[in-house]
Amino acid sequence: MAKKKTDDIVFAPRGIGEESDGVVQKGVDLPPATKKKHKALGLSEDDLKAMYEQMYLQRRFEERSMQQYQKGKFGGFLHLYIGQEAISTGTVFAFDDKDDIITGYRDHGWGLCRGITPKEGMAELFGKATGCSKGKGGSMHFAKAENHFWGGYGIVGGHIPIGAGLAFANKYNGTGKISATFFGDGAVDQGALHETMNMAQLWKLPVIFVVENNGYSMGTAAKRHTVAEIVDRAKGYEMKSAVINGMDVFSVYEKMKEIADDVRENSKPYFVEIRTYRYRGHSMSDPQKYRTKEELEEYQKIDPILKLKDYILSNKVADEAFFTEVEDRIEQEVLDAVEFADESPFPEVEDMYDDMFVEDNPYFHV
Amino acid sequence: MAELQFREAIKHAIDEEMGRDERVFVMGEEVAEYNGAYKVTEGLLDKYGFKRVIDTPISELGFAGIGVGAAMGGLRPIVEFMTFNFAVLAADQIINHATKVKYMTGGQADCPIVFRGPNASAGQLGATHSVAYDSMYAQFPGLKVIYVSEPDDAKGLMKSAIRDDNPVLFMESEQMYGLKGEVSDEEDYIIPIGKGKIKREGSDVTIVAHGKMYHVAVQAANQLAKDGVEVEIIDPRTVKPLDLPLIIESVKKTNRCVVVDEAHPFAGFASEIGFLIQREAFDYLDAPVQRVTLPDVNAPFSKKLFDAWFPSPKQVIDAVNQVTYRT
Repeated sequence: MAKKKTDDIVFAPRGIGEESDGVVQKGVDLPPATKKKHKALGLSEDDLKAMYEQMYLQRRFEERSMQQYQKGKFGGFLHLYIGQEAISTGTVFAFDDKDDIITGYRDHGWGLCRGITPKEGMAELFGKATGCSKGKGGSMHFAKAENHFWGGYGIVGGHIPIGAGLAFANKYNGTGKISATFFGDGAVDQGALHETMNMAQLWKLPVIFVVENNGYSMGTAAKRHTVAEIVDRAKGYEMKSAVINGMDVFSVYEKMKEIADDVRENSKPYFVEIRTYRYRGHSMSDPQKYRTKEELEEYQKIDPILKLKDYILSNKVADEAFFTEVEDRIEQEVLDAVEFADESPFPEVEDMYDDMFVEDNPYFHV
Repeated sequence: MAELQFREAIKHAIDEEMGRDERVFVMGEEVAEYNGAYKVTEGLLDKYGFKRVIDTPISELGFAGIGVGAAMGGLRPIVEFMTFNFAVLAADQIINHATKVKYMTGGQADCPIVFRGPNASAGQLGATHSVAYDSMYAQFPGLKVIYVSEPDDAKGLMKSAIRDDNPVLFMESEQMYGLKGEVSDEEDYIIPIGKGKIKREGSDVTIVAHGKMYHVAVQAANQLAKDGVEVEIIDPRTVKPLDLPLIIESVKKTNRCVVVDEAHPFAGFASEIGFLIQREAFDYLDAPVQRVTLPDVNAPFSKKLFDAWFPSPKQVIDAVNQVTYRT
């Protein structure tokens, strides 16, 4: 047998540069959006307006965060959710308010959706004592436990078993609540997911595993980091599954409601792949050389916020005046949040020792 | 007092706590139908049923994480690892999540969980089944680390561990499970976490030894007594929080100290104790603090090599002779 030349040996498949045929490569193939109108989905006109406000808030909050980061107002990492807002919004509207939600580090949108105020959120980014996590967590660790949002976590896939543990507690205590754990396509490759899916199915835990597949695991395209269709991971665990168009808030709402009802009713897990697209880099330091500008533009054409706005206008749910009022109000709210964060005090140095232990006088080794 | 095996003392503690608090449950490999790989959980399934005594697949990372989530959700899990050597697979959950979730959420979530199982070596089990992890975990803020040596300590400290509202690591030993000892039959017997014990009084030299090393120290002390050297043995029982005052008080009396530690030498329990003694009792020392640890070498299989690798009473005696200038 002839010896193969070592130059021909390739491990990870090649990414950008392979496609020179003029076709815009897409990070993800979106499944068709639902054709149902809001009434058929059980959404009132007020719901639509509230959904728009929520999505617009997430977008403007993050655009302003980016600006503050670039101005050097705070450090650390900043992973933006821009482009993916239909997922948090559609899900939170579909779930009961007491259902448990946990996610990775791209968590600002989820926090805002679950009641972290723009002021608490912005102050957390700034590392201020008035932040939702008292300035101890930062961008990656927004949390609002009283509203059953258990936080953003920084180890890819590390929070997946924790989400199942919340479901375990719900089943153990017979609360009737479900839990959902959200993670990116990169986390699909982590062993924690597979161990947890196996146990969740074996123990019939009321948990939904949701991949927010935005096409890229940091800078590695999905087709370069994972084999086959992500949603098909469910088959090996005999788990129910679904693929959802994450650029359409109605589709997310419709399917997530159906799935939540099913999980609540049957106490069996579900695996969901929601396809979406993040407009910004993985974090602020990402030069985005792994994708083309044309690809990004393809998705921006179907922006979920503009799509909902168009729907509301064309179905005469509200007029331009409504949008002017909402957008101005939210813009001011976000600017007020920036001012609040800027003017808030940093935590005291002695506060560093708080929140390590439950007891009042804990032991610290010196 | 009742004489109990080490494993029975732990089981009694778990049983009593499960009886008084519905939120306490046990999960781990072989804990239910098999009755525990080392029979620590024997009979608990029959008594508490499948809801509270749960067999897991061999998925340490996954079930440790489910435990962390369950604790955040208001339960009080006792997660058994068949050995802490396997818990390395779950280290992400112990180090990155259990100890950090309260802090990074600004206090919004608690994690009252016990991770327990045998620690360190248990004879000729080869390199991957023989590591002592107590020093390593004690490095991480937010964890309480207990490594006990006798049944009475096991009972009282296990009950404290289960009632603690923070993550606690409770370490045992395969080779101690059958060890018998007097255990207090006081109702609701509790030993506070962070309290060591003077287990043998002596005036010539202090030996600090915990876990399985306590028994090595006892053998050495008995031998040394025949030569007229009276050793004081302190078993800290809890690695962290450390009962430093107890150790310092003893060193101020004996002026000499040997630390016997089952971990490898670099940056471990023994080196930390050595540092603390020089800081707190420098002027009282009549000799440099010595330590007996594993060598900086993986556990060998061959009996001859293993015996040379494992800390022996002879090494402890040599170290005592060194600090008492009897060599």
